[in-house]
Amino acid sequence: MSAVAAPPAGTAVPDVGTARFGSTLTGTGRMVRFILRRDRVRIFWWTFSIVAFYLYFMAALGTFDAEAMAGRAALMETPSGIAMGGPGYGVEDYTPERAVANEGITWWVIALGVMSILHMVRHTRTEEESSRSELVRANAVGRHAPAVAAIATLALVNAFIAVVSGAILVAMGGEYVTVADSFGLTVGVALASMVFGLVAFVFAQLTAHGRGAIGLSMAVLGAAFFARAAGDMIETHGSPLSWVSAFAWAQQMRPFVDLTWWPALLSLTAIVLLLLLGSFLASRRDFGGGMLAERAGQAEAASSLAGPIALAWRQQRWALFWSALGLGLLWFASGTMLPDISGLMSDMVESNPMIGALFGDDPEGFTAAFLGIMLLYGMLCVAAYAIVMGGRGKAEESAGRAELVLARPVARSTWYGAQLLVAGIGTVVLAVVTVYSMWAGGAAAGEDFFSFGDYTEVLWPYIPAVLCFLGFTATMYAWFPQHAGLAWILLAYSFGIGMFGALLENLPEEANYANPLYWLPEPFAESPEASHVIGLGLAVVVLFALAFIGFRRRDIPAV
Amino acid sequence: MTTTSSGVPAIEIAGLDKSFGSVKALDGLDLTVRTGEVAGFLGPNGAGKSTTIRVLLGLLRSDAGVARMFGRDVWRDAVELHKHITYVPGDVSLWPNLTGGECIDYLTRLRGGADTRALRARRAELLERFELDPRKKARTYSKGNRQKVALVAAFLSDAELYILDEPTAGLDPLMESVFTDYVREAKDAGRSVLLSSHILSEVEKVCDTVTIIRNGTAVEHGTLDELRHLTRSNVTAVVGEDPAVLAGLGAVNGLQVMAHDGGTRIAFDADNADIADVLKAVTALDVQSITVTPPSLEELFMRHYGDVIEADEVVADEAAGDEPPADRAARRAARRAAKKAGVR
Repeated sequence: MSAVAAPPAGTAVPDVGTARFGSTLTGTGRMVRFILRRDRVRIFWWTFSIVAFYLYFMAALGTFDAEAMAGRAALMETPSGIAMGGPGYGVEDYTPERAVANEGITWWVIALGVMSILHMVRHTRTEEESSRSELVRANAVGRHAPAVAAIATLALVNAFIAVVSGAILVAMGGEYVTVADSFGLTVGVALASMVFGLVAFVFAQLTAHGRGAIGLSMAVLGAAFFARAAGDMIETHGSPLSWVSAFAWAQQMRPFVDLTWWPALLSLTAIVLLLLLGSFLASRRDFGGGMLAERAGQAEAASSLAGPIALAWRQQRWALFWSALGLGLLWFASGTMLPDISGLMSDMVESNPMIGALFGDDPEGFTAAFLGIMLLYGMLCVAAYAIVMGGRGKAEESAGRAELVLARPVARSTWYGAQLLVAGIGTVVLAVVTVYSMWAGGAAAGEDFFSFGDYTEVLWPYIPAVLCFLGFTATMYAWFPQHAGLAWILLAYSFGIGMFGALLENLPEEANYANPLYWLPEPFAESPEASHVIGLGLAVVVLFALAFIGFRRRDIPAV
Repeated sequence: MTTTSSGVPAIEIAGLDKSFGSVKALDGLDLTVRTGEVAGFLGPNGAGKSTTIRVLLGLLRSDAGVARMFGRDVWRDAVELHKHITYVPGDVSLWPNLTGGECIDYLTRLRGGADTRALRARRAELLERFELDPRKKARTYSKGNRQKVALVAAFLSDAELYILDEPTAGLDPLMESVFTDYVREAKDAGRSVLLSSHILSEVEKVCDTVTIIRNGTAVEHGTLDELRHLTRSNVTAVVGEDPAVLAGLGAVNGLQVMAHDGGTRIAFDADNADIADVLKAVTALDVQSITVTPPSLEELFMRHYGDVIEADEVVADEAAGDEPPADRAARRAARRAAKKAGVR
């Protein structure tokens, strides 16, 4: 039938000539319900983890007596305390709730900021990229409905977490914990988190791919973290540089010290401006299109791209590079603070013997203890890298790419071994970078208690320990591919027990055994126990052997 | 491994079972592909075609039964066997950050073998025939282009057995015919091919034998000629006399009678074994015109899946408002006949 032919009599012509105002938002409500349903498990775990963090932080600080709080407050005035903690409101009279506000906000903004970025990109650019959104948009769904629904659900989730966490604070707090302060804290965090969500919304309009949008948004989150930390180091309670960062907008509300609401307006203003910018960009681009163009690549593969190891390296090298650079800088910066910390502690021990009793009275011992905490954080980051990279095989399998390779004359163990080998090398490289960055930072700032050789001695027992995390991930993926994500439980458990285990007096010693880091010596203080290190090495061997056995016998793709 | 003269089948599957939880994907499947044969593997989505192929590739482990390629066990000897086969999945997924050309080279190098000048020439030829730009990142390729990448990589490898799982999904008709050319070329070179498809014309064009699978069981197997012989030819004629006499013949199935200018139009299916008697009876009726057509693969297929297809098409019919009602009725009647024939 030609285009101009009249429709046969009796054919109904839909009335499409009367588009109404607001029709680009048609279907937003249904999409909101759909996103909430699709993400219900994810939302539950995010809320649960954040609330558990509040609970645990409050409970842990509740066990501190006045001296311990004073010591903690002193630490929070060091550059490292400012970087890892906050601007230092209330340190003159440090109480558990003030510590929660001063030190916790940074971490909640990071955690929820990451959640917001992932949520926003998942429901906008990634949907478009996968063409799922094409299916949705072909229905009676307005042009802007998916993005608006993503923003609305993100606001709902952040609000929900803020309300539950605020209620937890009120319920757990002592007599000085007011309702206004509690919700001032959680609302400030929620707004800062929304700012990063909307940064991701803007980048999702610019890049053609979800991964690009996530990367750029995370870079903004990282820059905001460093700007706030540096700004607060320049001047107590914040310099103009601090105020550039959304982290500061939550912290400067000063909950539990001197609650002020106006900094929340900065977050709100940023949210509105980013929303306008994102909408402006969204209205001016094509469906599926980005504004940053894709370059043409190689017509032929370099001769080095032969075999699964070469490909796994190509898949992982940029992640390794960025992780090494980011963590290297972070630990170098932390290392430069070591002399300050030991100097500060020496002064404090001189003036207050109580602190000496708590933290030891020789500056070398104190530096060692502080380095121990840095190493715990650092190695948990390395373990997280191991778990992410150990999961790359699963991504290859569920996308169908593993099948393409395994249908060629490539043994399963070769393919899986390549994934794990590259992940393992990356993990070791990151552990090396972490430890030597701390050394380099310390050395650059004139810290002279420990030599390069001391750091080397501390480093090597960590290598089997972090490889345990990779081995555990690999085993979970090989045997329980549907539940490979449970490998994160080992990290959460090791973190929890490593940070707070000492506070739980009734905890039996055996509960520590599954934490690979438990078997390591006190860094810079003890020599490694040969049997422990050999045991860790054996655990690595057994875990990898189990992984290979499991992977060889199961169906691919797993169903 | 020498294959062509040994008489060992390229693919030999007998009594193959595979369950996923409570779902039985393969239920005693039998399938044989002789060397040098192009075998069509037919069935709608969910019939078990891809599961069979994944078992052959050693990706899935069967629960029971035999699955061999060139006489060797597909699970135990997977890697050795894969040196002699090549595979194209129905939905190709590529490494998003590699270009199409890089994906092709990577997959080719996994087979080992030197990067010869002849190989490069063939690569260039395949890229040109399939009209594929190898410089684009795989993440920007459409489904059809990803499919082409896998096809180029497959035809670039000098395999003895091609396992193709709905390989032309997403290709346009021009590219489909390029694909058919390469399958014919492989056949002429004495290679074996297992072509899983639901594009019947494609199978009819290139396949020597056909296996139809339903719910994990092979329901029909043979050469196209054999299958046709087992079934019925479709007879349409315009006759001057009353065709009622035909209804009494046992070999005549699904007789339809319609008024026609100056006579009566009849259509029915005739058992091939009794076609001579049937034609005698028809010619006695003052034939004005007659056509006898062998059953198409589509009709064979519909005999096994007619109930499924009919349910779908009734919906389609209702949507097709501009079709003359008479044609529609005739088509429905033909389909009913086909179905009846299927359940005889």
